[in-house]
Amino acid sequence: MAEHVLEMKNVTMQFGGVVAVNNLSLEVNKGEIVSLIGPNGAGKTTAFNVVTGVYAPTNGAVYFNGNHIVENYPRGKMKKLYAGTNRGDYTKHIEPTPDVITKLGIARTFQNIRLWKSQTVFTNVLIAKHMRRTSNIFTATFRLNRKEEKKQREETAELLKILGLYDVKDELCTSLPYGLQRRLEIARALATNPSLLLLDEPAAGMNPQETAELTDFIRKIRDDFHLTVFMIEHHMDLVMDISDRIYVLNFGALIAKGTPEEIQNNPEVISAYLGESNDVR
Amino acid sequence: MENKLTFIKEKKYQLVAWAFLAALFIAIAVLEAVVPPTSILFTVLKKGAIYALVAVSMNLLNGFTGLFSLGQAGFMLLGAYTYAIFTIPLSAREQVYQYFNGGAIHFTLPVFVALILAGLVAALFAYLIGLPVLHLKSDYLAIATLGFAEIIRAIFQWDKLGVITNGSNLLRKYPVFRSTLFYFTVSGICIALILLLINSTYGRAFKAIRDDEVAAEAMGINLARHKQLSFTISSFFAGISGALLAMFQTTIQASQFKSAMTYEILLIVVIGGIGSVTGSCIASFLFIACSEWWLRFLDNANLNITPIQILRPGFRKVVFSVVIMLIVLFYQKGIMGEHEFSVAGIIKKLKGCKKAFRDLKLKFKKEGLEE
Amino acid sequence: MNALQNNLPYILAGISTGGQYALIAIGYTMVYGILRLINFAHGDVFMAAGLIMISAYGFMPLWVSIPFTIILTVLLGFAVERVAYKPLRTAPRMSIMISAIGMSYLLQNLALYFTGGLLKKYPTIPWISDSITIAGAITKRVTVITPFLTILLVVALVLLINHTKIGMAMRAVSKDFETAQLMGIKIDSVISTTFIIGSFLAAVGSILFFSNYPGVTPTVGGMPGLKAFVAAVFGGIGSIPGAVIGAFLIGICENIIKGVGLTTFSDAFTFVLLIAVLMFMPTGIFGEKVTDKV
Repeated sequence: MAEHVLEMKNVTMQFGGVVAVNNLSLEVNKGEIVSLIGPNGAGKTTAFNVVTGVYAPTNGAVYFNGNHIVENYPRGKMKKLYAGTNRGDYTKHIEPTPDVITKLGIARTFQNIRLWKSQTVFTNVLIAKHMRRTSNIFTATFRLNRKEEKKQREETAELLKILGLYDVKDELCTSLPYGLQRRLEIARALATNPSLLLLDEPAAGMNPQETAELTDFIRKIRDDFHLTVFMIEHHMDLVMDISDRIYVLNFGALIAKGTPEEIQNNPEVISAYLGESNDVR
Repeated sequence: MENKLTFIKEKKYQLVAWAFLAALFIAIAVLEAVVPPTSILFTVLKKGAIYALVAVSMNLLNGFTGLFSLGQAGFMLLGAYTYAIFTIPLSAREQVYQYFNGGAIHFTLPVFVALILAGLVAALFAYLIGLPVLHLKSDYLAIATLGFAEIIRAIFQWDKLGVITNGSNLLRKYPVFRSTLFYFTVSGICIALILLLINSTYGRAFKAIRDDEVAAEAMGINLARHKQLSFTISSFFAGISGALLAMFQTTIQASQFKSAMTYEILLIVVIGGIGSVTGSCIASFLFIACSEWWLRFLDNANLNITPIQILRPGFRKVVFSVVIMLIVLFYQKGIMGEHEFSVAGIIKKLKGCKKAFRDLKLKFKKEGLEE
Repeated sequence: MNALQNNLPYILAGISTGGQYALIAIGYTMVYGILRLINFAHGDVFMAAGLIMISAYGFMPLWVSIPFTIILTVLLGFAVERVAYKPLRTAPRMSIMISAIGMSYLLQNLALYFTGGLLKKYPTIPWISDSITIAGAITKRVTVITPFLTILLVVALVLLINHTKIGMAMRAVSKDFETAQLMGIKIDSVISTTFIIGSFLAAVGSILFFSNYPGVTPTVGGMPGLKAFVAAVFGGIGSIPGAVIGAFLIGICENIIKGVGLTTFSDAFTFVLLIAVLMFMPTGIFGEKVTDKV
């Protein structure tokens, strides 16, 4: 059996006495589009933050393509406060910073757009290429890295063309309409050459038409860039349309997992989140 | 086709910029030949060039990387002392280190080696200080760097280290340069290097950290390393400017490198525009000219026209502080904002003026017809 | 016993200075708790209080000049907030900090202008400046009064914060600025009250401090101000009891260092403490840990 692209095992995230993520285990396989859904405050972004290294989990581990990238166990203050299970299963302390995880091939977008506001569309994407540089500060300052710079600029232009942002490349990113800004954030993430893309509410604030366009867009980039996509979303039409599998979180704990059909008919999910109306297709 | 046109245009503008710089240097050379050397003009030009360099170095840290550090005076101190200590001629050491039996250092380094060493020592201290401190939030970083600068100053005034630092006594008799062109050249080269850095891929990474460091980290930029780089490089140039200041003043003393000096540099950066290198340069000359030259009359008690002695020593600084507060409160972007002085920019502005003028003429014409 | 005898003057001086720093530190910690601003000008307000007293004493008897000084200092603190900080409330953090630095610069230059740079001697307030003997050590009465007065004022302040409406408003604002506004709390009144209380305590502190060290120069507020701030950081920014404890710690340690003969480093101790706190315990002893939401 091929290994999972992403695997979270018994991840618990506790802030003081508040358990934000409770013993979450999930897998994402190559080429899949997997969604993480649940009411607000269920711990979805926190789970993302554990995968990307923003938070070190209180307990549990994360694997990427079979490699151990994050692990932690209750230490220090947490020793007393830890309220979860599986204590003792994890003994290592692997706590990389987010840039290390990005270098492995995991890229993300943010719930609230975090573009670099003083920079143009082009530069926003170009900066994401900085991490793949081979130059050092001296060669860069004295312009000995002209070839590499040229290559990075060409790649950026290509990426913008593919994503339909080339026409606005010299505009300040803040002058773009909201939908294009979200697309730019995705472009920026793609510039880091990831194999796993984490999208945090990519359709937030979009109307139904924009959401439909986004659905096609995500499928397209998944195919063109050979990605695996892990997504947090609230727009159920997008989720049900595009997801291969869905995980449902409530109060930090997994309450259901399965295909869109299974989830739509799951009574617990319906009562906790989806509701009984006809909103869900 | 479009690319080629903009390419030629850019080259044209670059040529104009170089021509401007060349003209500036020629102007200074001419001035030095014509104007008597004791003129205050040269004091302003030299000191302006020195402060321009340290202001740009601070801007690199604050304006371009978003790290609010208040330690500049400490690094200038390190640079100034390193230069002086290693260049005082052996024959003069007995005299200078008179309370410390000639001091512990019995060799000298060539001037330019000492100058570079000044920067390197400052950079080394910055590296060590940066390790624990750079991840702190902005206000805490400010106070921590301020604290380190004060600790450094206390160490350099400590008698027990007097064999190296001469304790609380002045350092003097080291080689100095009188030519204004020298200060402009050294500052100019350093500022040019900083500009090259800012426009490189690392400079862009610094700006990303400034705008949103969470996103920067998520896009693969190692915050600790890049902040360290910015801090160390900024301090390197602050050290060099300290050495230049030592040359300009011909004597130096640790007690002058107080936090007040850092505040003045910060104010220069704010006036010029946080995030603008040309702004820092312009503001530096303006600041020095005002404080050393143009506003001098405010201190002259003989110029009082009213019976109340408003004009007397100290008034200049008060007026100065008020002006700075006005700029900070109402004109936060400073003179240049985040923009650089560019030929393209000037032409754009002129075109804009032309258009505005034309629109105005049209408006008056219309109104004239309607009457 | 002899060691205690020899060090007693330093320890007493330490307690005294500590109390004076505490009165200044409270101003810093309260303002930071509410505005997340390091009020660089606070130390200079303290210095201004000293100068105001000196001028007032020139043409008013003591029992008038003391309240006059306090009132004027409070007005000064209030004015600084209105002029330099209120207009920048929505500006980025760096701007308001630069404004604070600029204000500090202005106050120092004003003081320099009015005093001509000469040291001004603080009036000797009878009774508190009298020498008394404690356990064989000769000191001024103010040294003994300071800690008691400080603790009295701190207790009164804590009571105010915990048991009055305005105190509750202050707590709400320091917890969540925007929501407090949305809930109808008059932000301007709360902020002004904070500055008024801080300046009042600084004025009292200045009376005690300058009775101990009677020389007032324009830059005399710099060091005590910075030390008071470090005390506030040590205690956990926003915590009044913490700031007070930190202040006494700094006051005592720096005087012991002086006693051991390393006077040049008595100031540096404060910064070493600051660096240590920032590195190992950035939220201070009573501070609350805040995680940034990503």
